[in-house]
Amino acid sequence: MAMTEVSRRFAQHEELITGTEAVAQALRLADVDVMAGYPIRPYDSVMSSVAKMIANGQMDADFIVAESEHSQFEIVKHASATGARVFVGSSGVGWMYAMEAIVVTAALRLPVVALVGNRALDDPGAFGVEHNDALMVRDSGWLLYWVAEGQEALDATLLAYRVAEDARVSLPCALSMDGAFLTHSQHLVLVPEKDLVEAFLPPYDLKKRRFHPDNPISIAPQYNEDWVMETRKQSDAAMRRARGVIAEAYAELKRLTGRGDPDPFVETYRVEDADYVLIGMGTVAMPIKVAVDQLREEGKRVGFLRIKWFRPFPDEELRRLLHGRKGVGVVDRDYSYGSTRHGGAVYNEVRSALYDLEDRPPVIGFIAGLGGREVSVDDVFQIEAKLEQAAAGDLGAESAHWIGVRGPVE
Amino acid sequence: MAITQTRPQERPELAPIRTIRDVPVEEFYTSGHRTCQGCHSALLMKYLAKAAGPRTVTIGATGCMYVANTSYYATPWVIPWMHTQLGATGSAVIGAAAGYAVQQRKGKLAEEPINVIGIAGDGGGADMGLSAISAALQHTQYNVLIILYDNESYANTDIQASGSTPWGAVTAFTPSGTVKRITQDRWKKNTPGMLVAGHPEARYIGSASAAFGVDVMNKIRTALRVGGPTYLHVHDACPKGWDFDPRYSRELGQLAVECGIVPLWEVIEGELQYNGITRQIVEGRRKRKPVREYLMRQGRFAHFTEEDVDYFQAKVDEMWEKWILPGVLPVQALPEGLPKPGRRAAGLADGAGAAANGAVAP
Ligand SMILES: Cc1ncc(C[n+]2csc(CCOP(=O)(O)OP(=O)(O)O)c2C)c(N)n1
Ligand code: SF4
Ligand SMILES: [Mg+2]
Repeated sequence: MAMTEVSRRFAQHEELITGTEAVAQALRLADVDVMAGYPIRPYDSVMSSVAKMIANGQMDADFIVAESEHSQFEIVKHASATGARVFVGSSGVGWMYAMEAIVVTAALRLPVVALVGNRALDDPGAFGVEHNDALMVRDSGWLLYWVAEGQEALDATLLAYRVAEDARVSLPCALSMDGAFLTHSQHLVLVPEKDLVEAFLPPYDLKKRRFHPDNPISIAPQYNEDWVMETRKQSDAAMRRARGVIAEAYAELKRLTGRGDPDPFVETYRVEDADYVLIGMGTVAMPIKVAVDQLREEGKRVGFLRIKWFRPFPDEELRRLLHGRKGVGVVDRDYSYGSTRHGGAVYNEVRSALYDLEDRPPVIGFIAGLGGREVSVDDVFQIEAKLEQAAAGDLGAESAHWIGVRGPVE
Repeated sequence: MAITQTRPQERPELAPIRTIRDVPVEEFYTSGHRTCQGCHSALLMKYLAKAAGPRTVTIGATGCMYVANTSYYATPWVIPWMHTQLGATGSAVIGAAAGYAVQQRKGKLAEEPINVIGIAGDGGGADMGLSAISAALQHTQYNVLIILYDNESYANTDIQASGSTPWGAVTAFTPSGTVKRITQDRWKKNTPGMLVAGHPEARYIGSASAAFGVDVMNKIRTALRVGGPTYLHVHDACPKGWDFDPRYSRELGQLAVECGIVPLWEVIEGELQYNGITRQIVEGRRKRKPVREYLMRQGRFAHFTEEDVDYFQAKVDEMWEKWILPGVLPVQALPEGLPKPGRRAAGLADGAGAAANGAVAP
């Protein structure tokens, strides 16, 4: 089958690099044209990496040092409209500062690729990871991907360009990366050569939408109630089509690189026979997988499911993989004060996705690791124990459980 | 840095316009807009499209020149136009110019000069988007022109005061009440002057009025010819916001210049020139008209008392009589002992000063 056939034509070499350096390698390979940077930890190390590559002649691109995040995102938006392949990124409040430009990028259907080095929002100050920054755009038409390790960072960047620029999709894509845990930790990464990337990634071609004197069009005029609804529906259709395009592109990437998960949208770990399944996004995968192994040794049938694509959301996969389980525990590294059952954003999406199942499992919400606090293996044991209790009705299921909070904070 | 700076190019299509007869007949901004009668900002759009010609792209920020000007199915733009966010004109033009530059360098687009023109209102440009415009004027490797159409209010949202609204003017946010007659108590900011002072690498920054079409078109062409990031501030009569009969737009635009409230000037590669009526005033060949003639023909100043008019006149007089560079630089006195600019240049020429001042031979 073409899906599993591994191409041996392409050389790759191994490097010990951080998550953001892995993204930078992908940007070099993708021959990105225009980038705009503004400093905020932890995403910004990717910009330092590409700036160095440009200065050393390893990459030909214009790197514009912007005077704010709003400008950063507007710069690449307009460069993208001229037909240039672009890259941008931010973290935490920087991402929020750019919010206006971020939402119009999606509305304009421009395939900007961005890195979000996930960071807690102010106040109080924290550099550490929380997913609320990237999640803020979940309704706006951005494709959203959560990366868990270095190799995936490189591969997902290439995937992001291919999917975002595909004419059937033409939506921007944000790659989320847990601040510090992934942006700044080193991983062994297989870096392909340009030939592989050229085989995988066709040139960006905006065709009739290119903003250029040869193509005298007016872009984003005033529509009002006459046409806005139709335009929104077109974005909806594009997001629906993205599922198929992702599957196609992922299969191709796996064929060319010889690596990848069985499913494009989720990673599963010892889920097949599991009674209880934990769900999370990003680097929380690591402690959960370790805990799963230890729990298995104790005879508990526990598994882990990592959501890779949050938009489009993997409804079908979740229904297929989770029906009939005894309990599903969602570990959110975000908060959504006052939401249904006071759960996080992922919890409520998962729970909603499973609603139509006849044999739907109880879904329990957990909030953990906020502000960059580590989620330890012990924390996962606690989560799993609470999940079993709650699923059995011995513990209030109404409300999400906060893990590792000290002191009287009620 | 000099090495990254674009150099002025031969641009025969941007030759100076000597008389109205030199103006191209082709229209690149035509019917379809829904701006008010007598809207001088719309007139400016027509001028800029004419002056720049077909190898141009325009990027317009939110405001009247977007909302009223560019409706779906009825765009007046024959050349490409794209919307940008209210405060983003500076960033938008840099992004587009970078997009063209890289693609041309990599052979993905044919090499040619493309005029990238950004259009901002006074609210979008002089208030919200000021930092992005300032940043754009530092990116000397790109050729862009930012045109700020100054109708002196947030017009599209129904006329609210901006930093560019004249002192005392009535707007939706600065009414004249029974207790407080004047609530617009900020003196209009001098945006082009501020940009000149802060951006020594920008090779063209100018101030114009849509009431003087040939002057505006020439300034646009000069800016595009000179290249690099450039800026033109254009004062536009707005019948709705200023509250006057649309038939008087040109007359009022001209009066603002004749009264010395809006000076016309340009700084081309470091050289300041006053233009038209303003030049005649500077050279003492023409007397300024009293500001009353301009103010009292507009509803927005109808509540002015004699005192208010006198105050306004005094501020304009101060600009003309005390500023070192009227209309450009509000510094009123130089420190004792500092040589006048002319003499300083002479000092540099005699050798010793050149190295000390960091001047490098070309
Ligand atoms: C971020 C943002 N804030 C507010 C608005 C609302 N708004 C739309 S047009 C406009 C007026 C802009 O004024 P100006 O730039 O002077 O242009 P004019 O309307 O006068 O042509 C405003 C405030 C907006 N579109 N975007
Ligand atoms: S309000 Fe003023 S700027 Fe706006 S369309 Fe009318 S005249 Fe033109
Ligand atoms: Mg205005």
